[in-house]
Amino acid sequence: MNSDTVLKAENLTKQVTSPEGPLTILRDVSLDIGAGESVAVVGASGAGKSTLLALLAGLDTPTSGRVLLAGADLTALDEDGRAKLRAERVGFVFQSFHLVQSLTALENVMLPLELAGRADARRAALETCERVGLGNRTGHYPRQLSGGEQQRVAIARAFVTQPAVLFADEPTGNLDTVTGERIVSLLFELNANSHTTLVLVTHDRELARRCSRILELSGGELLREEVVG
Amino acid sequence: MIRRAVPLALRTLVREWHSGELSIVLLALTVAVAALTGVGFLVARIGAAVDLQANEVLAADLRLESPRPIDDRYLIEAEARGLAAVSSTGLISVVFNGDDSQLSNLRAVTSGYPLRGRVMISDVPFGASRPADGIPAPGEIWPESKLLAAIGAEVGSELSVGAARFKVTRVLITRPDQGATFADLAPSILVNAADLPATELIQPGSRVSYAALFAGDQAEVQRFRTWLSVAKTPSERLLDISESTPQVKTAIDRAGRFLSLASLVAVLLCAIAVAMAARRYVQRHLDSVALLKTLGATRAFTLTVSLLQLLLIGLIAAIIGALLGFAAQAGLVAALQDLLKGDLPPPDWAPVWVGLLTSIAILAGFALPPLLQLSRTPALRVLRRDVGPPPLYVMLAFGPAIAAVLFLILWVVRDVTIFLAFVLGLSAFLALLAFAGWLLVRLTTQMRGGVGVAWRYGIANLGRRRVESVVQLTAFGCGIMVLLLLAVVRNDLLADWRKSLPSDIPNYFFINIPPDERTAFIDFLRQQGAEVSRALPMIRARLTGINGRDVTDATFENPRGRGFANREQNITWTSELGTDNRIVAGNWFTEQDIGKPLVSVSTEVQEALGLVLGDKLVFDVAGETFVASVASVRKVKWDSFQPNFFLVFPPGQLEGTAGTWMTSAYFHPESARSLADLVRLFPSVSVFDLDDLLAQVRSVIDKAALAVQSVFLFTLLAGLVVLLAAVQASRDERRYESAMLRTLGANRRTVLKGILAEFATLGVLSGLLAAVGASIAGYFVARRVLEVPYAPEPWVWIIGIVGGGLLVSVAGWLATRSVVNQPPMVTLRGG
Repeated sequence: MNSDTVLKAENLTKQVTSPEGPLTILRDVSLDIGAGESVAVVGASGAGKSTLLALLAGLDTPTSGRVLLAGADLTALDEDGRAKLRAERVGFVFQSFHLVQSLTALENVMLPLELAGRADARRAALETCERVGLGNRTGHYPRQLSGGEQQRVAIARAFVTQPAVLFADEPTGNLDTVTGERIVSLLFELNANSHTTLVLVTHDRELARRCSRILELSGGELLREEVVG
Repeated sequence: MIRRAVPLALRTLVREWHSGELSIVLLALTVAVAALTGVGFLVARIGAAVDLQANEVLAADLRLESPRPIDDRYLIEAEARGLAAVSSTGLISVVFNGDDSQLSNLRAVTSGYPLRGRVMISDVPFGASRPADGIPAPGEIWPESKLLAAIGAEVGSELSVGAARFKVTRVLITRPDQGATFADLAPSILVNAADLPATELIQPGSRVSYAALFAGDQAEVQRFRTWLSVAKTPSERLLDISESTPQVKTAIDRAGRFLSLASLVAVLLCAIAVAMAARRYVQRHLDSVALLKTLGATRAFTLTVSLLQLLLIGLIAAIIGALLGFAAQAGLVAALQDLLKGDLPPPDWAPVWVGLLTSIAILAGFALPPLLQLSRTPALRVLRRDVGPPPLYVMLAFGPAIAAVLFLILWVVRDVTIFLAFVLGLSAFLALLAFAGWLLVRLTTQMRGGVGVAWRYGIANLGRRRVESVVQLTAFGCGIMVLLLLAVVRNDLLADWRKSLPSDIPNYFFINIPPDERTAFIDFLRQQGAEVSRALPMIRARLTGINGRDVTDATFENPRGRGFANREQNITWTSELGTDNRIVAGNWFTEQDIGKPLVSVSTEVQEALGLVLGDKLVFDVAGETFVASVASVRKVKWDSFQPNFFLVFPPGQLEGTAGTWMTSAYFHPESARSLADLVRLFPSVSVFDLDDLLAQVRSVIDKAALAVQSVFLFTLLAGLVVLLAAVQASRDERRYESAMLRTLGANRRTVLKGILAEFATLGVLSGLLAAVGASIAGYFVARRVLEVPYAPEPWVWIIGIVGGGLLVSVAGWLATRSVVNQPPMVTLRGG
């Protein structure tokens, strides 16, 4: 692992049981992502993008191989250990936002800070809400916000802990083109400003090309790797 | 961790409360707790009222009787302790109206008498009674109707008692402590204790019985009792709650058992509601738990948040439920104020704790396992919505629930027979439900082709959600079954009460009928329009030995044994077995048995003395020794109010002894005045007015029936909420499916028909199973537990099937209405 490597996968394989027998959905994937880098994972539906993301983020465990995140071996940690590491080093942005419907925008942003036991949760969350342009919407519940606004809340929630790695799963998938563009700009701007490593799963080639590197998956295997000029 | 979990739990709970999603959960728990505590309050208060009523027989909570004047220091001590105390002096004296005289039982009482119960008076002999405001003023006398009739006096007459003269101002109908036995045959008169010295009746050697009566706060009465039992002299006798009459005891026993059973139903419904609530809670929180874990929350943290929320919901429900239960009970008590005679003691707070502890036990049994499962939801669910928590181990899923139910059942009924009856009934019902679930799948597969699209959709839904269908079937089936069972038992119980207390039940007992006047006396009764029951001879006898052993040395396991062994009691002889007597062992006397030394004993005597058939009993009848072997054991229905005896001999043995006859009869209230002529014509016959005793029994039964009905209403309400909760549990899924169907072109009507078809099928099937279950369990409970006859009720099947179908359809329609009404786009967008 290079000194500035923040995320490393070694021979990751994931098998699941299906009615037809064992099915390999990810095969022998190895990769190395440096600090501050932005990496897009692309591929067709069923290529294994989401599986790779889940393994890299410690949301799932591989059948074989290992993942090192910020120096910690995820595969050696139990569920609670992985959760603790996520709380400290990882942020997420999802296609379907995944906001807690019963909490306000501000409370959603405060959530990861509160889970980490931070005393200044409210102040930090308010600051981040301002940064993503939601300063006047903090008291609203998710249902009262538009799709773009909800994704801004999700982005604020992801960045508020200043994570080492940010995982984004089709962040514009549920948004119209214009809103999607704004969200992407915001994502990259925040990424650049906070030196966070961005791992972006998308099927949108245009979006992928805004990253510094593109990894293409096909049939569960890493097909090729492209460094964007 | 809890420090971090509490704010999050509170914040999300407050928000969910506002959004109204928890309302059905809260409502289910609240109604369940309200039912439980309402029943608890009511049962506790009526139980205490029944105890108080038993105290009415003493006219006090505690009574001290003595052949000598009672030491004033007892009364002073009682008053110092804040207890009410009065005294009552009794003696036998002759009352004169001119030349006419009659032996009477004179009671001289001090102001405040009676401390429990009421003195009932009237303005005319044998007239309608009303409660007296106080005691006779000095110089006044309140004689009983039959005394006035015997000496030809009326209200306003002047009577002489000893050296004093009194004016009759009221007619005494009853006083609480006149005794429910026939030992006290002389008619009563009530006077003011201040007049007693003027009568000069109490002379050295006079037979006088003195009594001091005490009443007040129960705990203080108990402490005073302890003090008094040490302070009193050996000849002074201390009495508290006396043995009630067998009739009242029977009624109270039945009522108590039935109320326990009814509150048990509320407990079970509460458990079902909580299980459904927890299930729905898990379904609704899968995503948020996965998200919390993604954001770094540990399993313990998510579990703590859920537990805190559920505990809080449980606590809020317990508080609101207890308040509602209290209010409902208070409302009922207020509505019954007249019937309850204002004697109902205030509630104590024990039922609140019972409600709270029960809800915690149910939450632990029914909510903890699903919450443990919820906390195991993998974080991966944020990416793949099809990923859920691993299934619970069977033991963990059902073990705590079963343990909680068994614990609660046993805790509530505290009776092994009822416990076993219920557990067996429930187990059989659950086995039936499992079979029904299997049947449902078969039915679905077979019927899918032959019905219209709406029915196909509806029935397919049942088959597709097989586990959910069986769960709902269990809930609906159990709910309807317990309601039906309650109705079956309640109807049987009340029918039995009505049967045992018909409107023409004997209301007068006549004893001391001389054998040579018997025919004339009964003819006279018939001429007056009375319905006369059987007449039986009656003589006094004392049991002196069993199987050659003297009973004075014998010890009895049953405390009543000593009473039967030492007491002079009335015995009879007859060759006819009354319809209110049932032989439970041995054989009733045949013609060959006439003149043989045999005896038939009642179950009370058999149990108290531990007798078996063939045991030889030795009796002392008017100084002569008489041996008889036990030929049969009879179960006597004492509440028939027919002449009945613990000991019955065959004819041909005792006819030579000097005995009298007794009978009972029903007099229409309007013809009751002819009793005055009867007393004149047959002066030696003692008339015992049962009207007041009957009113007392009826009032106890009325109280029990009203309590039963209110419990039934609580249970019905709880059942309905449980049904709504069950429908609610599948609502989100239905909303999505309805939107999909409508997007595919189904109109609103088709979707609605599909939903109705599904619920109707579910309801009819549940109703059918419930009717089977209720009939079987009803038979068992009626025969084994309540000891009343059971007749199969066709309405159980009609109400079960039609009612089940309607109830579940309507409840389902109400709960899923918004599913159909919501525009499909709103649902499909996730709104």
